[in-house]
Amino acid sequence: MEPTTAPTKPQFSPAAQAEIKRLLTHYPEDRSKSALLPILHIAQAEFGGWVSPEVQDLVAETLGIKPIEVYEVSSFYTQYNLKQVGKHVLEICRTGPCMLRGSDELTAHLERITGAKVGSTSPDGTFTLKEVECLAACGFAPIVQVREKYYEQLDTPEAVDAMLNELKSLVHRPILPWEETGLPNSLKNY
Amino acid sequence: MGRKLLTEHINVEGINTFEVYRKHGGYRSVEKALKTMTPDEVVEEVKKSGLRGRGGAGFPTGMKWSFLAKPEGVPRYLVCNADESEPGTFKDRQLMSKLPHLLIEGMITGSYALGARTSYIYIRGELLYVLRILEKAIAEAYAAGFLGENILGSGYSLDLHVHPGAGAYICGEETALLESLEGKRGNPRNKPPFPAVQGLYARPTVVNNVETIAAVVPIINEGGDEYAKLGVGKSTGTKLISACGHLNKPGIYEIELGVPVEEFIYSDEYCGGIWKGRDLKAVVAGGSSVPILPKELILKNAAGENRLMTYESLSDGGFVTGTMLGSGGFIAMDETTCIVKNTWNFSRFYHHESCGQCSPCREGTGWMEKVLHRLEHGHGSMHDIDLLVSVAKQIEGNTICPLGEAAAWPVAAAVRHFRHEFEWHVTNPKEATAPGAAYRGTAVLA
Repeated sequence: MEPTTAPTKPQFSPAAQAEIKRLLTHYPEDRSKSALLPILHIAQAEFGGWVSPEVQDLVAETLGIKPIEVYEVSSFYTQYNLKQVGKHVLEICRTGPCMLRGSDELTAHLERITGAKVGSTSPDGTFTLKEVECLAACGFAPIVQVREKYYEQLDTPEAVDAMLNELKSLVHRPILPWEETGLPNSLKNY
Repeated sequence: MGRKLLTEHINVEGINTFEVYRKHGGYRSVEKALKTMTPDEVVEEVKKSGLRGRGGAGFPTGMKWSFLAKPEGVPRYLVCNADESEPGTFKDRQLMSKLPHLLIEGMITGSYALGARTSYIYIRGELLYVLRILEKAIAEAYAAGFLGENILGSGYSLDLHVHPGAGAYICGEETALLESLEGKRGNPRNKPPFPAVQGLYARPTVVNNVETIAAVVPIINEGGDEYAKLGVGKSTGTKLISACGHLNKPGIYEIELGVPVEEFIYSDEYCGGIWKGRDLKAVVAGGSSVPILPKELILKNAAGENRLMTYESLSDGGFVTGTMLGSGGFIAMDETTCIVKNTWNFSRFYHHESCGQCSPCREGTGWMEKVLHRLEHGHGSMHDIDLLVSVAKQIEGNTICPLGEAAAWPVAAAVRHFRHEFEWHVTNPKEATAPGAAYRGTAVLA
C-alpha cells in the first residue's frame, strides 16, 4: 500500500469539544462568533502552544465563519502565537513598572541561561522567550508568565532558578473548565 | 486607619468560596435590592453615593447608569471591564482572585438595577487563571440560587458569563472591549452612538470597571448617603491603590479617599517610604497615562498645600502643575531613575498597543518612540525635544478613542517637568548613556 503523505487535519479532543459546546451557550444563538477568542485559547492549549493556519481553519469551521475572520483576530491579539514555539513560552513583562524593578536585567539573564534570544526559541526547543507589555502585577515585579501561571519577584538568580526548576518537570496540557491553576505567591499572602 | 469597604475580609481563609463569603455577610446587597428595592431605587442609591468610575475616567457611575436607553422588549447588558492593562495598575486582579464573589454580587445587584438579563465579565486573556476562579464562583452562585431563573423568588432572572480577551491594552477602551466580546479585532468604535444606546450586539449597554461594580455592594448595604460620608468632597468612598516602583512595600492598599500623598508614600501603614534609603524623584500617580510629577509637585501643589489622594487634589493645577488619580496605579521612581528612559518605555508601550485605526495615533506613537529612543541613546538633538512636544500635541484630540491622549500626556509632562534631563542627554551623551546614569539636577515646577 502507498504510504499516505497528506497531513492529518487537526481535530479537537472530546474534552475541548465539550468545552466549546458549553461556551457557545454563553452568547445569543445568532452571535456565536463571540466565542472566537475563548475558542482560540482552547485551540492554542490543545495544539502545542500555537495556532497554525490549519488550526485556525479548524476554528473557523467550528464557528461556521470565514477563515479570514479568524486570521484577522489571531493577528491582532498578542497572546496567540502564530509560529511554532518551544515547550515553555516565557513571556517577560518589559513595561515601565517592571523595568524599574529590573526586567532588563531579568531578560538578559534569561537569554544567557536558556540560550534563547527574545523572539526566538532555544536550540533544544525547550524555551521560547517573548517580551510582552504590562501583565497587571506591577507590585510584584519583575514578572514572567508561562501559559496560565505568573512567576513574580524574579529579581534574584535564585528566584529565576526556582522557576526554571519547576518548569523542568512541567508538562503542559489543556486545562479543564473550573480547574484552579493556583494563585501566585503574592496573592496567597495579601 | 481608614475603613475598608471592599477588602475587609480579603484574608479570611476560604473567602473565595460561596459558603465562607456568605457567612461574612456576602450577598446581602442582592437580598436587599431584589426583595425591598425597585431597580430605580438601586440606581438612586448609587447616584447618592457619589461613586465615580474606578477604571480611570472617574465619571459618576449613577449618572452613567441613568443614561442607559430602555426601549421596550430590547435586551440590555451590563458588562464588567476586567481588562486591567494600564501600566502600574493591578488591583482588579487581586480583587477577583481573592474575592470573586464580591464582583459577582456587584454584578447581580447592578444588573438588577439596569434590567439586564445577561451580563458579562470581560477579563484580559493573561488572567485565564482568574477566569477559572470566577467560573467556579459563578457555578457556586448558580447552585445557591443567586444566579439563573427567578433569583430568591423575586421573579428576576440573570445569567452571568466570563469572557477572556487575548492580549490587547486597547480592549480596556469600552467600545473596543465590546468589539472584542463580539469576536472581532479590538478597534474602538466611533461615538456617537454611545454604548448606553448601542453597545454589545447594538443593544443598550453599560460597561463598568471591576472595582466600580464591587463598590455597589457596600453602597447598597449601607446606603448611598453613608458611603458618601467617606472621602473628601466629590471624591467619596474608598479606592484601591496599586502601589509599585521603588517603594519599600509595593502592593494594593484600600484607602479612604483623602489620605495625604506624603502619608501614603512614607507611612508604615502604607508604602513605607522609598526603597534602599533613597530619595523620591518622581511619581506617576494614576497609571502610565497620567502626567508624571516631580517629588516637589506630587507632595504639595503649586500653592504649597499638601496634595491628597483625591480626584480633585491630584488634578489641582491642571496639566501644568497637576496630574490625575486615574486608575490608582501609583508608580514611584527613586533618584536613580532616568526619566528619558522611562518615557521612552511608556511610548514604546503605546506604540505597541495602538490599534492603528487613526493615523495621528498609529504614526504619532511610533514617532515619539523613535525620537525618545535616539534621545535616550545619546543620538538626539535639541530640536528633537520640541519635536516630541509637537507630535504629542498633534495626537491629542485627533483620535476616536483616548489612547491618543494616553500616549501624548506622559510625554508632554515629562518634557515639561524634566526638560533639563532631556537636554542633558543631548549635551552630555556619553555621561547620559553610561550604565546606571541618572540626571540629578532640578525639575521644572511651574
